[in-house]
Amino acid sequence: MNINTTKIISLLFFIFSAFYLYTAYQIQVFAFDENAPFNARTFPIYLGYAGLFFSGLKLILPDPNTIKVDHKNLEYKKTGILILIAIIYGATILKVGYFLTTSLFLFASYYFLGERRWILMILLSFPFVAAFMYLLHGILDIYLRDPFLQSIGVMG
Amino acid sequence: MIEGILIGLTTALTIQNILMVMVGCFFGTIIGMLPGLGPMTAIALMIPITYGFDPATGLILMAGVYYGAVFGGSTSSILLNAPGVPGTVATSFDGYPMAQQGKAGKALAIAAWSSFAGGTLSAIYLLFMAPSLSKVSLSFRSPDYFALMILGLTAIAAFSSKGQFLKAMMMVVLGLMLASVGQDSLSDITRFTFDNMNLTDGISFVLVVMATFAMSEALTIILKRNDPTSAAKQVSLTELGSIKINKEERTKMYKTIPRSSVIGFLIGVLPGAGATIASFLAYGMERNVVSDEEKEKFGKGSVNGLSAPETANNAACSGSFVPMLTLGIPGSGTTAVMLGALLGFGVQPGPRLYMTNPEIFWSIIMSMYIGMVILLILNLPLIPYIARILAVPKNYLIPLILFFSVTGIYVMSFNNFDIYLMIGIAVVATFLRLYDFPMPPLILAFVLGGLMEENLRRSLLLSNGSWEFLWDRTLTACILATTVLIVLWHIYKTFKKKI
Repeated sequence: MNINTTKIISLLFFIFSAFYLYTAYQIQVFAFDENAPFNARTFPIYLGYAGLFFSGLKLILPDPNTIKVDHKNLEYKKTGILILIAIIYGATILKVGYFLTTSLFLFASYYFLGERRWILMILLSFPFVAAFMYLLHGILDIYLRDPFLQSIGVMG
Repeated sequence: MIEGILIGLTTALTIQNILMVMVGCFFGTIIGMLPGLGPMTAIALMIPITYGFDPATGLILMAGVYYGAVFGGSTSSILLNAPGVPGTVATSFDGYPMAQQGKAGKALAIAAWSSFAGGTLSAIYLLFMAPSLSKVSLSFRSPDYFALMILGLTAIAAFSSKGQFLKAMMMVVLGLMLASVGQDSLSDITRFTFDNMNLTDGISFVLVVMATFAMSEALTIILKRNDPTSAAKQVSLTELGSIKINKEERTKMYKTIPRSSVIGFLIGVLPGAGATIASFLAYGMERNVVSDEEKEKFGKGSVNGLSAPETANNAACSGSFVPMLTLGIPGSGTTAVMLGALLGFGVQPGPRLYMTNPEIFWSIIMSMYIGMVILLILNLPLIPYIARILAVPKNYLIPLILFFSVTGIYVMSFNNFDIYLMIGIAVVATFLRLYDFPMPPLILAFVLGGLMEENLRRSLLLSNGSWEFLWDRTLTACILATTVLIVLWHIYKTFKKKI
């Protein structure tokens, strides 16, 4: 068997399906439901077996259309930074508020992706977010939580 | 039906809804022109905006985005041989050679008129077919629905995966597994939550769509160093030439459009098929029915060769609404996203939709006509200007896509956990995309997961746990036989390729 990344992914999916199946068997159902033709664990159990079946087939059968990815040409650094910025954005958005964190997230993302046109970067972050917030909150009446703007009295 | 048409027109012709069709078509055209960003991403990004609207308006907006994306995809196909969406690949076969002959304007005009005619004709078919199908589907029972869902999932795995059927089936199972997280709908027993309160209500559909499409497509663009906006920059610099279509070309189109629209619509109705298969089939059929002299021109800038796939792909878009509106089962990834959004509005599509929510049912159909007119006005004269807007560098485009994704989740749940979960799923999806694991089957499975379990539960309980329900009813057996045929056909195709 030729080992390639697709096979490794299939193996991981096989292990995941086995874990899913084990967890499915552990689902607690009501006593009167235990021997019913269908209960809360029936469908997940079938899914677990289906996962094992398809990933098992992918593992066993030969793979003529092997996908080769040239990792040297992939931009891991920028992608990683972008994911990190998104995580920080997610961590601060509730405490700090939508306006400030979103604007800073956009500004930082533009910067790390290599943009250096400062005026455009500012225009497409702070005023852009303010306009979008007005569209959502002011016009479409979608509630946006923003402790920062509330603390300085901009939002009610 | 006339009463329904009037209800639809009254709803669709409000200023707000006309504006939504225009915004949707415009935005969809922009996204459709960007290779790599398809209609599903465009619709996913629109979901946060639709929270502020009623269901009819929200769906009209999303439908406009859908047509716009397919329409916009043809532009980059013709001018650059770089299809924005898979449904417009066949358009490039004759559209690009025509553009290279200095007839780019004419090629765009033929594509625009064909799309308009295909979309309009199929909207008429939908108008007549949907109510009758809704009545027929009222006789469907749980085993039939269960079998239909199996058919839909198998078909989307077979048709959307380009020879990677097993990978697509793995994605189907993963989608169903993700849908099983949270409370069981009947017993309220929690499953796969690992005592995390945030998972009790299950994983949100918007979260999964945003993660697997919008966010992961943005990350893939960065990871692969692609620049989708470079195509748009080139479009803005292309000399279009005359957009006039002469009498001979019009005569050819008059013959091509009706037959291609029928093929497109019928393929669109089939679960899992859609615009890509419809356009290829229409192209192939057109090549077989034209004269030998015309046949020679195929691939070198044939009017028939350009008109057929363009008519069919737009007709297929309308056709794909049929299973969603009449059965509540989406036939494609894109309509699955719309179904998910509708469920979010508290509307259950299905055979009773046109009785319980006639304004939604009919206004979508009516908005298709309005959308087609808007696209015709928009696509032809405005393409170079739209392309200039598109020439926004990817350094701005990508953060904006991420921003829309996070906003979509934030306004929905006000919860950090959902944002982390979305980022996690997006990272996994990006990695899977690198190795050609298709995402549309995952989304369709995720949307259908709950319904599938419910119908299986009813079927098994009614048959006392026996699996005989699968062949007890002729209809169920026929649907399952079709599923088996699709799988066998796929195995045969793979086997033939190896030989």
